[in-house]
Amino acid sequence: MDLFEYQGKQYFARYGIAVSPGGVADTVDEAVVVAQRVGYPVVLKAQVKVGGRGKAGGVKVANDVEEVSEHARGILGLDIKGHVVKRLWVERASDIAKEYYASFTLDRANKTHLGMLSAQGGVEIEVVAEENPDAIAFLSIDPVQGLSLATARRWVSEAELDEIAREQTAELLVKLYDCYTNGDCDLAEINPLILTPDNEVHALDAKVTLDENASYRHPEWEEFRGDEFDDPREKLAKEKGLNYVGLDGTVGIIANGAGLAMSTLDVVNQVGGTAANFLDIGGGANADVMAAALEVINADPKVKSIFVNIFGGITRVDEVANGVLEALRRVTINSPIVLRLDGTNALEGRAILAPHLSDHLIAEPTMLDAARRAVALAS
Amino acid sequence: MSIFVDESTKVIVQGLTGSQGRFHGLRNRDYGTKIVGGVTPGKGGSDVDGIPVFNTVKEAIDATGATASFVVVPPKFASDAIIEAAGGGITFIVCITEGIPAHDEALTFNRLVEEFPGVRLLGPNCPGIISPGKCNIGITSGDIALAGGPVGIVSRSGTLTYQALHELSMQGVGQTTCVGIGGDPVPGTNFIDCLAEFESDPETKAVMMIGEIGGSEEERAAEWIKLNMTKPVVAYVAGVTAPPGRKMGHAGAIISGSKGTAQAKMDALAAAGVHVCLNPTEAGAKMVEIVKAM
Repeated sequence: MDLFEYQGKQYFARYGIAVSPGGVADTVDEAVVVAQRVGYPVVLKAQVKVGGRGKAGGVKVANDVEEVSEHARGILGLDIKGHVVKRLWVERASDIAKEYYASFTLDRANKTHLGMLSAQGGVEIEVVAEENPDAIAFLSIDPVQGLSLATARRWVSEAELDEIAREQTAELLVKLYDCYTNGDCDLAEINPLILTPDNEVHALDAKVTLDENASYRHPEWEEFRGDEFDDPREKLAKEKGLNYVGLDGTVGIIANGAGLAMSTLDVVNQVGGTAANFLDIGGGANADVMAAALEVINADPKVKSIFVNIFGGITRVDEVANGVLEALRRVTINSPIVLRLDGTNALEGRAILAPHLSDHLIAEPTMLDAARRAVALAS
Repeated sequence: MSIFVDESTKVIVQGLTGSQGRFHGLRNRDYGTKIVGGVTPGKGGSDVDGIPVFNTVKEAIDATGATASFVVVPPKFASDAIIEAAGGGITFIVCITEGIPAHDEALTFNRLVEEFPGVRLLGPNCPGIISPGKCNIGITSGDIALAGGPVGIVSRSGTLTYQALHELSMQGVGQTTCVGIGGDPVPGTNFIDCLAEFESDPETKAVMMIGEIGGSEEERAAEWIKLNMTKPVVAYVAGVTAPPGRKMGHAGAIISGSKGTAQAKMDALAAAGVHVCLNPTEAGAKMVEIVKAM
């Protein structure tokens, strides 16, 4: 789960990382109240999960009530790369002497954690990595050892941060690592991490991605939920507990297993079609799951045909067949369904479906045949 | 021959008394796997369909001489179960658990490397390993595999592993061993580990490799193949059409920035002399063609 900037800052604050005082505002009036509380000048920042907010006019400084009102009106409702701004983060404006960059993420190739620190912050780190890779100090961290303050001190000098900022930054990095590991982040990034003219170091931005697998030990994440989906199809799928990713095509996809679902998208594409979604129903392809999956796909107005691709391993195909029939009794599906059923008990499953096959419920023997049929029906 | 396991491998099931553990453990035993015991803290002394249950891995090993463990426990207990297995003396651990936090996985992987260097972990979040006719540890349905070789399979995806077995078995082409390494960000066993074993296994004549988007394991495998592999390799990489930045089910299946795309992986593999195919059916057909020409 990706957090909005304000959520990321709230999360950082839990781990003792310094952020600017501020608050959220969904209306112009709320923005004014927050600005009065934190004191002028303030910065109004659009809360969208996409980069390039500043260039799009989503970040403005305000020195008084009139400016706060004017900018809040301008930013709320603004469309930034397809994301409509519904919320602002209003914080005390900071004077900036220097901008740094700091992040932690998992280095999959090395199977360790990777810290990145640079004295050149405030710009996209990918650009720095490309144009001036020596400006980034990489630190590989053994998860068993963790990050000590001594190591962090060596790291900040290796990154050539300004002398005055080093000790504070080293301490902040240890806190950020604590947030990253104990807070179960896939990514914890601060860009920019600033040094003020008063020689204070703090986080001016926050980019945090949480590992959903760890949600069982983070009841506090509940407050971040609710508005994490821009796509209504994904919201519905999440409510139904499905592993769904919305795409733009016309063939709805249901498959068991992430690999097979990805492969189904590929095959549909290879035979000239476009997938409307990724949907992995996993091992439990019973009537409830199948009904939920068909319902989510049915709610997508772009879908013209539905391709159900099941390879029974532990999942038994006869159960899948019964699941499809039961689901069809519960939900009226607008588009024709093409089924490819293989694997454990495939013969029994196909026999169960045989009497019910029609123009609206079609069976094909292989994945490729089924993909061609579904694509033909969608075009 | 098979890799990692064979007909003499003695296996305990951690979590045998749970519904999943019982179902898959008994299924593995029915297949012919030597399932010699189960481990569930507090349930020592009982049994599951005649299989003795122990309180600890150590007790189970002392009583049965097991060297392998099948870990079927919920995510929050999986890391401890893996470390307990290694600490007890197990040398090959298969963990099918899906949904383990990435930080736990990274920590457990490094603890194994540092504290128990002789131990191999397969998974987590993998379908397991099957050496047809000899041993099946995990959730793969035994009836879609065909004994007798000569193909070794290594795959990051569960259902695509079944698909690969199916494509080959239907054409009468058997498998020496099929290894599902799993789709998580920090797999205990990677492509190269398996490719190296297949390369030195005299009965394996060709290898089918199934990758997917995310990470750089396929690219690393391609490098290794280029330098070391003498046997033909057929590969398929899932996720050509996956959009960047979206997780495709597996925690590891995500394209970040310009890295981890299926195309980059396919290009790297093709450059290493691998037969790269565009879908599982094509990959199966290609492998059948190679084997029949031998």
